[in-house]
Amino acid sequence: MSATTSSTTQTRMPRHLLSMADLDAGAIRTVLDTAAQMHDVQKREVKKIPTLRGRTIINLFFEDSTRTRSSFEIAGKWMSADTINITGKGSATSKGESLRDTVRTIDAMGVDAFVIRHGASGACHQVAGWVDAHVINAGDGTHEHPTQALLDAYTMERRLGSLEGRHVAIVGDLAHSRVVRSNLISLQRLGAHVTLVAPPTLMPSGIGAWAERDGFALSHDLDGVLQGREGKAVDALMMLRVQKERMSGGYFSTAREYTVGYGLTRPRLADLVERNPEIVICHPGPMNRGLEISADAADAAQSLVLDQVSAGVAVRMSVLYHLLAGEDTPTVGTTTEGSAA
Amino acid sequence: MSDLLITGARLLGGEAKDVLVREGTIVEVGTGLDAPGDVERLEADGLALLPGFVDLHTHLREPGREDAETIATGAAAAAAGGYTAVLAMANTSPVTDTAEAAERVLDLGHEAGLVDVQPIGAVTKGLAGEELAELVLMHRSRARVRVFSDDGRCVSDARVMRRALEYVRAFGGVVSQHSQDPDLAGPSACCHEGELSGRLGLPGWPSVAESSIIARDAQLARHTGSRVHVAHVTTAEGVEVVRWAKAQGIDLTAEVTPHHLLLTQDLLSGYDPTFKVNPPLRPSEDVEALRAALADGTIDAVATDHAPHARHDKEHAFVDAAFGMLGLETAFAVVHDTMVRGGRLDLATLADRMSTAPARIAGLSGHGSAIEAGAPATLVLVDTEASQTVDAAASKSLSRNNPWHGMSFTGAVHSTILRGRVTASLQGAS
Repeated sequence: MSATTSSTTQTRMPRHLLSMADLDAGAIRTVLDTAAQMHDVQKREVKKIPTLRGRTIINLFFEDSTRTRSSFEIAGKWMSADTINITGKGSATSKGESLRDTVRTIDAMGVDAFVIRHGASGACHQVAGWVDAHVINAGDGTHEHPTQALLDAYTMERRLGSLEGRHVAIVGDLAHSRVVRSNLISLQRLGAHVTLVAPPTLMPSGIGAWAERDGFALSHDLDGVLQGREGKAVDALMMLRVQKERMSGGYFSTAREYTVGYGLTRPRLADLVERNPEIVICHPGPMNRGLEISADAADAAQSLVLDQVSAGVAVRMSVLYHLLAGEDTPTVGTTTEGSAA
Repeated sequence: MSDLLITGARLLGGEAKDVLVREGTIVEVGTGLDAPGDVERLEADGLALLPGFVDLHTHLREPGREDAETIATGAAAAAAGGYTAVLAMANTSPVTDTAEAAERVLDLGHEAGLVDVQPIGAVTKGLAGEELAELVLMHRSRARVRVFSDDGRCVSDARVMRRALEYVRAFGGVVSQHSQDPDLAGPSACCHEGELSGRLGLPGWPSVAESSIIARDAQLARHTGSRVHVAHVTTAEGVEVVRWAKAQGIDLTAEVTPHHLLLTQDLLSGYDPTFKVNPPLRPSEDVEALRAALADGTIDAVATDHAPHARHDKEHAFVDAAFGMLGLETAFAVVHDTMVRGGRLDLATLADRMSTAPARIAGLSGHGSAIEAGAPATLVLVDTEASQTVDAAASKSLSRNNPWHGMSFTGAVHSTILRGRVTASLQGAS
């Protein structure tokens, strides 16, 4: 939509962050650069900066979430915003109130931003059309999760440097993943090559035409991709959660069969590290240890799982800053309680 | 008043004629006709005269959701759209699955007096898909129900569908099937399955969920020697099966909605529930196949699937919002612009697809007749040159879920005439 809030650089920031497509390559770069500054705040003894003092952020979570919600909440609090959590369960929505009424009621209180997690794809887009506040998508159905993609990019860059020309394989239940849809956009805008790996039943609909249009690769053969038989060697491997409930939908037969085909097992990990000790392994969590990722892989030196969580706060601080702070607001500044940092 | 002299109207878009109506019946068609001064005159120079439209698929929401539409408001919208008869879908609350419920709809239609409201009966009790509703009693009621449908709930159980077809054969009834295999397209399916549904993360509704049911029902119609009607065909694959079934001589008819003839799935990219409908909007290749099929007669009829919804039922997240869109008032404009101005149909064939064929499918006498002496004066005058921009706020429907808002079309209904009485006109209903 229309870009109204501009950051301190020339990059135009959108009013809302609904999809990774809202950020062009320059805006992604700006957000990631600011995130690096924000990351330093995490290391301070006193973590509070005044950047968003007086701003009110509503974390409106219609779906359970531990890490994303606490990450946004911490990000807002460290920037001195007032953050309030509202969970959809037990709220007006379950009493039959329309989504529009729910969000307009809160909007009318004069809040500055909604951070929304909703089980329905597109819910954040709809809300953005109904409220005056900024809207940040914290995961909508099986559509997108843009701050996850930003923190993934941030984390991978910290280890690998620029992602330009790097090869990232994303493996797992892609059909039901909002993480993959956001990552496809950000990784390609950052110049990475992407290969999606999954059994045919766990690929999104129409993926063939989609891949052709957007220029990424597809494979049903994880070993072929990891061993470099299908294109260039993999620099980063992103393992996505596979829900066991999918078995009942006929998406795959057994956990054992899935793991044999697509799990990052101990032997696969060993082979991978032997080929490329610099490889990085990501997982957005929560992990199904033993299904899509073995304990050894999750805890390996190449695993960035906890770095991702740590980066999540910094990236979300950056996003909140770029969407909410005025043009003249300094990025990090000093901590609010004295200048002793 | 049911005496009327219509002057200078182009019959089925052809030659200009005068039409004299006495007591609701056409008594003379000719040129230079005159009538006593007390006969109402309708100067129709430049307008085309067609048989009044018949809608095989209308949701009037009464009883149960009178906040979204009533039989009276739906009938007014229908008349404004050039319709003289509508078939009221059975998915009301309570469901039209008994003779009493059907008669109630019929009577409310009579009270409104703007179009003939012909109830459709449910195939199964409560639309549950398990036990047959009282099909014969509904047929023997004053409502003379001939068309049966569980509407959006496809009769997916082949055994139940078979029995229903056998049952209605006895009195020449027909089952109108919403062809959606619920195992392939479940209740949350809301976006054509393909690249777009993949990108948007919306539950997909694959073409095969439609075509496989049409194929099965065609086989059941052949096996039972009965008649099946395919509600709103939306896919090229569905059209292909319909074409095949007709070539085999199977007694199968099909309808298409105005929205599937023009709107495409791309409208879903903004997640606006106004464009959420079941079956969903399809890619442009399907739209093209539907237009071709309507032109060559593979698809027999246009039916609106007019589906009013209270605003708050559309203001949920896309997958949670109600399915359906308005259609009665805009159907002619859309079909005319798309098919006639698009060079695919002439006006006479449009009249067949919107009046004669649906009247025949529904077994409605007194509608869709030839415009000649002795026929009921149940007619519509259309202006094929008038352009109009749709304004949702101007609708006679109680609801505003109008996907056509702001769009412009060439072709407009001028006057609707039910048995000699003007039920709607550009100047307002008389």
